[in-house]
Amino acid sequence: MTAHDPQQAARSNAPTTTYLYDAYDTAFVRERVAEFRAQVARRLEGAMTEDEFRPFRLMNGLYLQLHAYMLRVAIPYGTLTARQMRRLADIADKWDKGYGHFTTRQNLQYNWPRLVDVPDILEALADVEMHAIQTSGNCIRNVTADHFAGVAIDELEDPRPTAEFLRQWSSLHAEFSFLPRKFKIAVTGATHDRAAIKAHDIGLRIHRDDKGEPGYEVIVGGGLGRSPFIGKTLREFLPREDLLAYLEAILRVYNRFGRRDNKYKARIKILVHETGIEAIRAQVEAEFGAMDRAPFKHDGVEFARIAGFFAPPPYESLPEESPALEEAKRANAAFNAFAEVNVLAHKTPGYAIVTVSLKPIGGVPGDATSAQMRVLADLSEKFGFGELRVSHEQNIILPHVKKDDLFALWRALDAAGLATANAGLLTDIISCPGLDYCALATARSIPIAQAISRRFADFERQRLIGKLGIKISGCINACGHHHIGAIGILGLEKKGQESYQITLGGDPSLAASIGELLGPGVSADQVPDVIEHLVDFYLAERRGEERFIDTWRRLGHARFKDVLRREGEDGADI
Amino acid sequence: MTQLKNPQILFASDLRDGEVLFLGPSGWARDHRQASVARDSDEALALEARGKAEIAANRVVDVYLADVAIGAGGAPEPLHYREKMRIKGPSVRRDLGKQARLAQAGEPR
Repeated sequence: MTAHDPQQAARSNAPTTTYLYDAYDTAFVRERVAEFRAQVARRLEGAMTEDEFRPFRLMNGLYLQLHAYMLRVAIPYGTLTARQMRRLADIADKWDKGYGHFTTRQNLQYNWPRLVDVPDILEALADVEMHAIQTSGNCIRNVTADHFAGVAIDELEDPRPTAEFLRQWSSLHAEFSFLPRKFKIAVTGATHDRAAIKAHDIGLRIHRDDKGEPGYEVIVGGGLGRSPFIGKTLREFLPREDLLAYLEAILRVYNRFGRRDNKYKARIKILVHETGIEAIRAQVEAEFGAMDRAPFKHDGVEFARIAGFFAPPPYESLPEESPALEEAKRANAAFNAFAEVNVLAHKTPGYAIVTVSLKPIGGVPGDATSAQMRVLADLSEKFGFGELRVSHEQNIILPHVKKDDLFALWRALDAAGLATANAGLLTDIISCPGLDYCALATARSIPIAQAISRRFADFERQRLIGKLGIKISGCINACGHHHIGAIGILGLEKKGQESYQITLGGDPSLAASIGELLGPGVSADQVPDVIEHLVDFYLAERRGEERFIDTWRRLGHARFKDVLRREGEDGADI
Repeated sequence: MTQLKNPQILFASDLRDGEVLFLGPSGWARDHRQASVARDSDEALALEARGKAEIAANRVVDVYLADVAIGAGGAPEPLHYREKMRIKGPSVRRDLGKQARLAQAGEPR
């Protein structure tokens, strides 16, 4: 029986297709804000030590970093309304330093909040149906999803109702609030995986059985960090009716058998690796069979209520082709490039999906100023039903733009410095904050991304190279997803200096793979040279339409290693 | 008493706003050049003891000693790149953090 208002679905005047709070949700979040306000007050009064306070602040997304506190705000399944984006901008101006950082988990981080202001920030977030709950701590984190949810042409089903269903199940789940370690879930409902589901503790792929009923492939034990693993399939097809009970069973097995003696071996990926997928499957199925499943019985009414929020917006009936778009592409080369690289096919005729790159040449990947956030909010209302998405690639998506409007949209984006035409290309680099901000980092990552971006600034050269994912992490925790980059870069400390290991062959898709180490670490100055040698070799060796990863797979790792060895002998400083 | 391999200063973060602080002769300073420098083990222990008392008084968190060298002007300069970052601010945003404040004051960053 749901505690929510079963009558409530998307309000007719709401310019969005995302979940909207009812009175129950609102009260829940407000209570949490009040609770944290009291906890902060007690901490400042000295009624709590830092050791006592730390779990509370982490459960509310508040970290202490190198220069200041950092607040991580949840953006469920990466979906934002214009109103919410504006509020994020307002918070950046009022309580932070005028910008925010969009992360690889579709969240937003403020790098400079004061502890004394955080309760007010959370209150401001609650006003627009947002929070920072469970963006840290050893609990089930923000559930992520395909950033093209609801609009991709290869989609079977929008993954966001499932993600929201799981968010509600996992929020303040009493049994899973103190797991051995953090727990991340990602969902896709498409043929192509854009949510990196095999790199998550649980990955869910929506598909249908022989009778056309929806269900899930359940993948478990994926993860990056110190010990990277590609997730393994636990169930090929799990009926929707069993979703909550089955995930409950997985979490119970993990909670019981996951290691608590060593934080580096505490993730479920280690349990799966050490125990074996067959044994884990047997344990989960045994728990699933024995447990009282009544509390987790699928509530079809509630699922339908949630799904109702994600109904398509009121699209116009349009022809597939847009003469205005084609004319603008012919007349303006820069727009043509943007349209070819950052604009993707939409499932609705006459509409397109637009990726707004947060990777200007030489910029900080994922950062947006408050002014840019407001521009994006305005443009989403003007051109796209007031809806935005955050991708795990640290870009912003406008998911419903009329093809006829693309040129006008591009001009407005260009005026705000948001029209970089590099989505999916070499300079669309994923990077964690690294040692410029993060207390865990062992090396800087942003300056490496900037140096590579400047080296490959030439747009035609990027187009020639084609799709190539470079991912950079500033420590072994791998927030920059370096393990699954076609080219991965890991910053470490070596003899008191920053040093960078390079891996090749990582892949975040359903054909997921972990990159292989190229050789000893190199200095920051050397990284762009190494990347350039690798890319030049790829261009010389590729066949037809092969991507970098395809050529690497065909030729093998040794050939790429050999290139660097030979270049080094020829005098290149690598 | 043992001479330290390198002099040390005490780092911390302000509980209320998270800013990096350095323990000086008359309390916490926001500029590392005002930090007290420990040159032997007794002086280092004394700094740590004061730091622990400040933690207990709920004024600071994340207190630790870091190695420094003494510059030509007599000011301590961290040896490790992590602490070099902490005394300035993000290297990719020179307009933010302590380095920005110094620049506004007309001092070299």
